[in-house]
Amino acid sequence: MLLNEMLLLGAVLFCIGVYGVLARRNGVLVLMSIELILNAVNINLVAFGAFHDTVQGQIFALFVITVAAAEVGIGLAIVLLLYRNRRSIDLDQVDLMKG
Amino acid sequence: MIAEHVAFGIIAAVMVAAAVRVVTTRDIMHAALYLVIVLAGVAALFLLVGAEFTGITQVLIYIGAVIVLFLFGIMLTRSDFDQDEETDHKRKFPAILTALLLLAVMVGALVDRFTDVKLDANLPGGQVPQTTAQVSDELFSQYIVPFEAVSVLLLAALIGAIVIARREEGG
Repeated sequence: MLLNEMLLLGAVLFCIGVYGVLARRNGVLVLMSIELILNAVNINLVAFGAFHDTVQGQIFALFVITVAAAEVGIGLAIVLLLYRNRRSIDLDQVDLMKG
Repeated sequence: MIAEHVAFGIIAAVMVAAAVRVVTTRDIMHAALYLVIVLAGVAALFLLVGAEFTGITQVLIYIGAVIVLFLFGIMLTRSDFDQDEETDHKRKFPAILTALLLLAVMVGALVDRFTDVKLDANLPGGQVPQTTAQVSDELFSQYIVPFEAVSVLLLAALIGAIVIARREEGG
């Protein structure tokens, strides 16, 4: 198998995730797009780990998975708080600090 | 190894299609279910390159825990907004442009550097699975400090999420 197949797939998933973060207005959907980005990174880490025949790629991917789980927990808690205060999770309405 | 290429092609096509649906579908519940397909595809890819432990962890943590968390988040924030009116064109086109430019830069760099590099080029005997034993040996020797730090981080995130999301007393 070619290394580039994995890396290009990671790049495509990353860009789809970036589009989701930029274009979506729903807080939960933005968090899902961030998950796409983190998974694209994990694909790259595991591919390079396999390429160099070390397990370090896998270990870094495991750390990323753990931190992503923590991030989703906190992120959804924030979205929940937002919903409770405003009855809406439209991120465009969160503009209190807009200059 | 033709079979490997075919398997990769199928998995990759399904993943990209599902990922596009995640960021374009109107129904937020459907987005979560398409995300399951993408995450399962990532796990399948990990198994394909011999990263068995990471693949299983991906299934357990992402599909098992994170998706359930997302579904709870969706159900607790149900509102008129889930049929996401979404993406008035004045923000959709800049977002597409940004994503495509980013993709062009990354694909350019990757094609320039890694064309025709075989994934198992460093291994004379072809692809060898990186066993769970190897991963655990490395994780609990060289990476023990980050491992402990991450466990403290998880505890902090757990407590933080509870503190943020609970209702105020008498509020």
